[in-house]
Amino acid sequence: MSTTTTGAGAVRAAQRPPRKPQRSDRARQEARLGLLLSAPAILVLVAVVGYPILQAVWDSLFSYKLTNPDARHFVGLGNFTLILGDPIWWQALGVTVLLTVVTVAVELVLGFGLALVMNNALQRLRPALRTAILIPYAIITVVSAFAFRFMFDLTSGFMNSWLPFVPADTDWFASFGSAVTVIALSEIWKTTPFISLLLLSGLAQVPGELQEAAKVDGATAWQRMRRVTIPNMKAAIMVALLFRTLDAFRIFDNIFIMTNGAAGTESVAFLAYRQTIQRLEIGIGSAVSVLLTIAVALIALMFVKGFKVNLAASTRAGR
Amino acid sequence: MALAAPLAACSAAEAGPPELLWYINPDSGGQERIAQQCTQESDGAYRLNTVLLPRDAPSQREQLVRRLAANDASIDLMSIDPPYIPEFANADFLAPVPDDVAQAVTQDVAEGAVAGASYDDELVTIPFWANTQLLWYRTSVAEAAGLDMTQPVTWEQIVQAAAEQDVTVAVQGVRAESLTVWINALVESAGGHVLENPEATDPQEVRPSLDSDAGRTAAEIIGGLADAGVGGPQLSNATEDINASMFEGDTAGFMVNWPFVWQRAQSAVEDGTLEQSVLDDFGWAMYPQAVEGEQARPPYGGINLGVGAFSEHVDLAFEAARCIVAPEKQAEYFLSDGNPPSSLTAFDDPEVQETFPMADVIRESLQNAAPRPQTPFYNEVSSSLQRTWHPPRAVSPGTSPQRADELITAVLQGEALL
Repeated sequence: MSTTTTGAGAVRAAQRPPRKPQRSDRARQEARLGLLLSAPAILVLVAVVGYPILQAVWDSLFSYKLTNPDARHFVGLGNFTLILGDPIWWQALGVTVLLTVVTVAVELVLGFGLALVMNNALQRLRPALRTAILIPYAIITVVSAFAFRFMFDLTSGFMNSWLPFVPADTDWFASFGSAVTVIALSEIWKTTPFISLLLLSGLAQVPGELQEAAKVDGATAWQRMRRVTIPNMKAAIMVALLFRTLDAFRIFDNIFIMTNGAAGTESVAFLAYRQTIQRLEIGIGSAVSVLLTIAVALIALMFVKGFKVNLAASTRAGR
Repeated sequence: MALAAPLAACSAAEAGPPELLWYINPDSGGQERIAQQCTQESDGAYRLNTVLLPRDAPSQREQLVRRLAANDASIDLMSIDPPYIPEFANADFLAPVPDDVAQAVTQDVAEGAVAGASYDDELVTIPFWANTQLLWYRTSVAEAAGLDMTQPVTWEQIVQAAAEQDVTVAVQGVRAESLTVWINALVESAGGHVLENPEATDPQEVRPSLDSDAGRTAAEIIGGLADAGVGGPQLSNATEDINASMFEGDTAGFMVNWPFVWQRAQSAVEDGTLEQSVLDDFGWAMYPQAVEGEQARPPYGGINLGVGAFSEHVDLAFEAARCIVAPEKQAEYFLSDGNPPSSLTAFDDPEVQETFPMADVIRESLQNAAPRPQTPFYNEVSSSLQRTWHPPRAVSPGTSPQRADELITAVLQGEALL
């Protein structure tokens, strides 16, 4: 069996211009086993992720209200032109992009600092430190959103008396700037640990001998950081950025709890919630969700193609 | 909630009386107690159990609608906020009320409550408790400002008095359902309506009518109150609860709010967190007039009972509903939870009169109360209003009414996001 396949393969290989080196039988069987082992997981994923996405795409082509299912009718791309022509969509998109860029940038810097602290801490301190840094990430977003809301609330909060430059009667959730600041703060507080953990694993991959060689060559700490550490953990940084950007783009909980969309703080995910769950307009709501999915896919594509992130690289290097 | 569904599924197989599930809005435990009482009084005809819905009315609607759209048979009874009743009725989510039940449950019931429980001139739910807002004031402030509170006062008067006395007028300025409650009361008090034809069942035909003298008067009152700076620092996020605590504070002058504030203040005194002298300073009157000399139309709220259209025990559910709304239970509920009865006779209960010295004002207010637009598209109308009339400082008679009309129309025609 194996000889015939090899023979046929050899003929084909001879006809075509040379490509990848021929894989051995063992490698191919390993690949097949790999496929077989991952098949159930892929099937389950298609069922629980693919099906709802397709259903949403299908629904987005209809005018369909849940309380009036008889009036459901096909509108083609009508829902999409309606959404893209509505200033509310563009405002929500702007808020989402703003929150994503600001929170991810701040989290990256903070997370890197925390990762360095964890990496360089004394052996004995390390587990305790890691746990302490991880605590915010273990807290449910809704709970942390409530905590920040109560902290900054005018009646129950204490921030106005803590911050000397803030007038005592400041209502943080009354205007866009301050409301978005609090939302971003809660998001940063909660998810910086996630980035710092990913970066910590990246730090661990930087070969010690390179650091030592640089040290012997007389490189300063800053030079070692710029020329040795960061280039060697580029993959980890990109993976952390990609995951967090995708996550941040879908922001919902904090906004829902803190402002409920008032003061112009609606995000794209919030808009989808408004149309689907509150208005029960399944068609328009699905269209918003589809647009959100497309935006998220574009971000992922941008990272993978544009920044040449190799998702497999970090795991391979970690082996 | 997660426990309720398997329970409902089991009940058919279990021996004993059938279980009825009553989806209730959160309260201080009164509905749960009534459920137990009715179970006992039914003599084994049914077991009435409660399932708790989310805190605010729009979320309660969301959950009920989602379940009913999926023909959920576990919903036997539900406590519904009146403005959503037309939507439920229009979508055939409510079991029709039998004539004999309809007759029995509307006897000696406040007019506003019967209207709120009806849709298209037909009683579709059972009036349970009826709420209305009063004008609450600090007697010391009113005296100092020289306001005669035995006579009806206008919004202009109280805003002016508050500005002079450097106190607040607590109103619900948050972008939520309570803002619609305020706007609607102002528009109705000024002799107008939010919608010209709320009965329309085709969304394309609904005509908003805020861009009118009444709508502009309402916008002028809201914008004027914000401009005068008497709404307090948290005006654009002020809920009923925030207002209630404002009114217990040092800068309190006036407030429009539901009667629960009375019980709340009394509990605070009992707990020692509020001085008795503050409670003694509380005064109450009819809702302020929007136009001098014209009868105010205070907000109408409360809870009515709907029987689920997909329930397997419709008859028993109506029987249970009749038990729940018995006048003596309503009086008891008023005493325990502070929610006023829809039954007018319940107000005559001597204990009610003693505990709620403002009971007669509430009863009178209920008779004058105006419901929010009774349209199957209430959620869209209310959300559009909240979007265009918030924050209060940005409300102006020149732009807000017109923008609201345009957004309501566009949303109902499926041409705008919300």
